[in-house]
Amino acid sequence: MSTTVNRIALKSILYKEVHRFMRIWVQTLVPPAITISLYFVIFGSLIGSRIGEMGGFDYMSFIVPGLIMMSVITNSYSNVASSFFSAKWQRNVEEMLVAPVPNWVIVAGYVGGGMCRGMLVGSIVTLVSLFFVDIQIHNIWVIIFTVCLTSAVFSLGGLINAIFAGSFDDISIIPTFILTPLTYLGGVFYSISLLPEFWQGVSQLNPIVYMVNAFRYGFLGISDVSLTVAFGVIGVFIVTLFTIAMTLITKGIGLRS
Amino acid sequence: MQLALEISDLKKVYKGGFEALKGINLKVEQGDFFALLGPNGAGKSTSIGVITSLVNKTAGQVKVFGYDIDNELEKAKSFLGLVPQEFNFNQFETLLTILVNQAGYYGVDRKLAFERAEKYLKQLDLWEKRDGAARMLSGGMKRRLMIARALMHEPKMLILDEPTAGVDIELRRSMWEFLRELNQQGITIILTTHYLEEAEMLCRNIAIIDSGEIVKNTDMKSLLATLDIETFILDIKLGSPAANIENFTTRQIDDHTLEVDVKKCQSINQVFSQLTEQGIDVQSMRNKSNRLEELFVHLTGNNSIGEN
Repeated sequence: MSTTVNRIALKSILYKEVHRFMRIWVQTLVPPAITISLYFVIFGSLIGSRIGEMGGFDYMSFIVPGLIMMSVITNSYSNVASSFFSAKWQRNVEEMLVAPVPNWVIVAGYVGGGMCRGMLVGSIVTLVSLFFVDIQIHNIWVIIFTVCLTSAVFSLGGLINAIFAGSFDDISIIPTFILTPLTYLGGVFYSISLLPEFWQGVSQLNPIVYMVNAFRYGFLGISDVSLTVAFGVIGVFIVTLFTIAMTLITKGIGLRS
Repeated sequence: MQLALEISDLKKVYKGGFEALKGINLKVEQGDFFALLGPNGAGKSTSIGVITSLVNKTAGQVKVFGYDIDNELEKAKSFLGLVPQEFNFNQFETLLTILVNQAGYYGVDRKLAFERAEKYLKQLDLWEKRDGAARMLSGGMKRRLMIARALMHEPKMLILDEPTAGVDIELRRSMWEFLRELNQQGITIILTTHYLEEAEMLCRNIAIIDSGEIVKNTDMKSLLATLDIETFILDIKLGSPAANIENFTTRQIDDHTLEVDVKKCQSINQVFSQLTEQGIDVQSMRNKSNRLEELFVHLTGNNSIGEN
């Protein structure tokens, strides 16, 4: 189909996705702001004041990038997972499957929607954090680049989860048993340099470590990992997950009988 | 002339080994109003699923306006509008949003999509509901919404899977009129339906599918012409003597109702003349049932046409 047709189709999916999470903003945008505020109060103000400095910065400043990234990750993932699974469950995904929409446009539309929510929530959390700490910015482009790529990775992850999911329970298993542990162990609340050497090595298998550290570098100019390696890892994840998502949709796994 | 739909040796075997389609062949001409009938599990919805790419075929070829769905799927899809059997829109969205988004998937820009949404919602008596959530609609309204949605990209072929299921008689008739108008505008229509009367009244050509095979594919007139017997129901005046009509099979249903089977070679006038001789007044007369139903039962050996 022509570029114009694909562009309009992509805009339609994106519009639908953004409209969906904006329509239920009390469920999608408010909870992350409240949750992160609690993190700031408890880990930042109450406990953080007793911890002292980490990586040369006070503890509150150190955890802010990680907390923002944590909300971007969870919201990007859950947006696509719940939206696509709901479309499967209500069967309105068929609206797209019968239309001449190329599969890459479907993937791009849903991932774009997840990125929009991830970044909007990230912006809200950043604004909330200004009530608790003065945010400094070391390199704005690294921040933007990291947040865009990371939300793309987890939007793709949410899409793959939704394709395989057979029930609403299935879209909460991955966030509960994989995503949350990886996020908490991904250097949001600590520098991995504090860990024993063995666990530092293990942590390097956790992709979220690279995302959180690249993001933290953008704010504070410090990172436990090389920026090049971080972007390389994120890039590999995007290519791999995109290929998997495309293959699944093309074969019609979970979508066509 | 280019065929609207050409299906060759189409097979579908589901996981578990169920053979839903056993190599069906079908041709539908442009501008046709075509009925695809069959009992439960015959393969109607599977056929429609394959044509619209919601079901992966096992073997065979499907061409939509000459475009093979294996090689030019997106082009083939652009000609098709589907009204599925089950409601498959986002129940939480408004009617306008559903229609405008659907048009967008076919590359219709939003301004034109809003114009078309207004046109079809008005034609289908849904305009007043445009800003309400789709879940608030009645069953009949939901069916009409799906028809409006299928028309948003102005397809050349409309496929309707049981479009009037659960719709009251008045509404059903207005939908028939609407579909007739669409067909007169040149849109090819393929219809599966519960109501054989519907197929008989609307469709010019028909295929009957049973156990994954096409058992009959012909034009409606030829098919109906194969009927040997037609049954009439006569309402006779109360208190009339018992009827005895020679050379005709009759059944006295109650005191004032008589069923008479009339063969093709016989005339209904013979029935009336005998009844008059016996002093029996006929107050009214009607066909017993739609004729297609009898043929359907004869061809499939199944008296339950229904959802597949």
